[in-house]
Amino acid sequence: MWSRVFGLASLAAVLLALAPGSDAVGQQTVKVGAIYPLSGNAASAGNYSKAAIELAVEIVNNDHPELKDLPLAAGSGLPGLGGAKIEVVFADNQGTPAAGQNQALRLITEEKVHALIGAYQSGITVTTSAMAERHGIPFLNPESVAANLTERGFKWFFRATPVAGDFARAYSDFLKEQKAADQKVGSIAVVNENTEYGNSVASVIREVFAKEALNITQVIPYSANTTDVQPQVLQLKEKNPDVVIFVSYTSDAILYAKTMKDLNWKPSIMIADDAGFNDPSFVMTSGALVEGLVNRSSFAAGKPGTLSAMVNDLYKKKNNVDLDDASARAMQGMLILADAINRAGSTDAAKIQAALKATDLKANQVVTGYNGVKFDDKGQNILASSLITQMRGGKYVPIWPKDKAAAELKLPYKGW
Amino acid sequence: MSDILLQVIVSGLLIGAVYALFSSGLTLIWGMMNVINFAHGDFVMLAMYTAFLVWTAFGGGPAASVPVAAIILATIGVLSYFLLVRHIMKGPMLAQILGTFGLALLLRYSAFWYFGANFKTLPDSILGSPFVLGSIRIDAPRLLAGVVGLVVTVMLHLLLTRSALGSRMLAVSEDATAAQLMGIRPERMQAVAWALAAGSTGIAGALIATFFYTSPTVGETLAIVAFVTVAFGGFGSVPGALVAGLIIGVIEGLSAFLIGPVYKDVVVYLLFVLVLWTRPQGLMGKA
Repeated sequence: MWSRVFGLASLAAVLLALAPGSDAVGQQTVKVGAIYPLSGNAASAGNYSKAAIELAVEIVNNDHPELKDLPLAAGSGLPGLGGAKIEVVFADNQGTPAAGQNQALRLITEEKVHALIGAYQSGITVTTSAMAERHGIPFLNPESVAANLTERGFKWFFRATPVAGDFARAYSDFLKEQKAADQKVGSIAVVNENTEYGNSVASVIREVFAKEALNITQVIPYSANTTDVQPQVLQLKEKNPDVVIFVSYTSDAILYAKTMKDLNWKPSIMIADDAGFNDPSFVMTSGALVEGLVNRSSFAAGKPGTLSAMVNDLYKKKNNVDLDDASARAMQGMLILADAINRAGSTDAAKIQAALKATDLKANQVVTGYNGVKFDDKGQNILASSLITQMRGGKYVPIWPKDKAAAELKLPYKGW
Repeated sequence: MSDILLQVIVSGLLIGAVYALFSSGLTLIWGMMNVINFAHGDFVMLAMYTAFLVWTAFGGGPAASVPVAAIILATIGVLSYFLLVRHIMKGPMLAQILGTFGLALLLRYSAFWYFGANFKTLPDSILGSPFVLGSIRIDAPRLLAGVVGLVVTVMLHLLLTRSALGSRMLAVSEDATAAQLMGIRPERMQAVAWALAAGSTGIAGALIATFFYTSPTVGETLAIVAFVTVAFGGFGSVPGALVAGLIIGVIEGLSAFLIGPVYKDVVVYLLFVLVLWTRPQGLMGKA
């Protein structure tokens, strides 16, 4: 009996899917596939990004006159497509490149999405964007920083975030300034997780620092999601460098913060390369253990009444936390994609691709602190930029460059 | 020996004792009924969340959370046995493997649904500051976990080898039909085995939560170590898990410190393969 009911139901579903009306319905919504780590070890960061993308879609689909500087905020839906709404289909990359790739394929072939956004971890962006490239679907990457992503000659890949080279230059400028101010920066250690993200950022930092005569004396690559980081911290304790730069995801970041306290070791300047150290759940669990930690961010909520502050308020109302850097960049990515689809005036992949190439957003039209959005031939946003922040009383505040600073830098690193 | 090297060994022994503690539950189930519990890591995860809830609800430290987690996990263990394992044991081998694997996913995604994906930690000062012996620092939560790990593993071993209950459980594991003819109810003994295994896993999880982060996927991270420890020490051998846990902890620490953290797994697994090559039953398992 039940099998017959089930059979009828599935037959009905098939008929519905094949019905001529469904195509017309498809014109009313633009489907965007979003691939993020909704489970696995980066799930915390992934779910905050998901919330941020949902807010971006809500801003586009509904009328938000108060955010008028933001393209598509005023008025409902995409005017270029007769007011069509955006529908995001989320898929879970589970923290593995293979799962990400499968999800990309599913979104493209089964869900028939018109564009893809994602996929947080650089290593997974590699595989998911390759799938989009093969099928000729525009892929917008809001946050992955591995240098090689835009070096693959892809035609459908667009990256909005500043990249490893930008951060490395920011760190080296920052450290040179500290050196001039008589801070000790004679020995520098780099501790990095050893997937695409950590390896590429670490190697770019080494390259840039070598040119600037900043002396990297110790490099400690380690496998992410480890059960124990005591040996790494003890290696640092033995060499006792003046500066340590961490390139880590959330789970390891929490262990480093705890273990450094347990083993009672700290450098005089501690820098974290975003990622895990910027995850709101790191800030909540371990913020009190890393007072004075220097970090990077592309987002600072800024003064009340500014666009970024208003968007932050909307986000906070829904999610009870401030918008963090990675989530802000994910949200900005969705807004860039929506703007391009709107200008394309169509869900045709080639037209969206052409519109993405023609993207020209000014600094006042973006939520993140970018100088704007404009893609070069490789798909890299050449106007992306980032600030340097410092952990103060459980919150990151911008401290560098001086014109965007909200507080004075305080050294040495205090920790716990 | 340099002070730092000594610290590496001490830290390795402490983490090794913790590995032993959370592996003993896994090896016990195997020894009793030849079932691999793939949900073991997720049992640890549930115990860690229990410790977190006990702290947020009543401000209770390990003194409260360890017994609570032991009781809750023992209950979950018994339920898993009666509702799932008892049935799948009658099925083919593959069903047994996939059955507990399914349970693992059910627990993991229930945790995602209920607790969300955020990482949680217990307050850092929950057990006070580290002990300092000369230049060696011993973190209080790890020391407690390590010591309890040793005690619980030794007690489990004594229970299995020296008590009437242990003999009955062993009888069932060796020949359930013969044991039944002797008036032992196999199902009851197997349920007791699940209660003991899951209960000790509960103790382990509540203690690990004092120095590790808690997230829905933390079981995945920890379970790999548990499986290696159990295979290394010998499937079914509780003392084997203890010895293997300590060896793995120290080798991991030393190789990470001396060669580099990315190579520690290579060294540990190479040793693991070598041991299995010469002793397929593991260090202390029965051939």
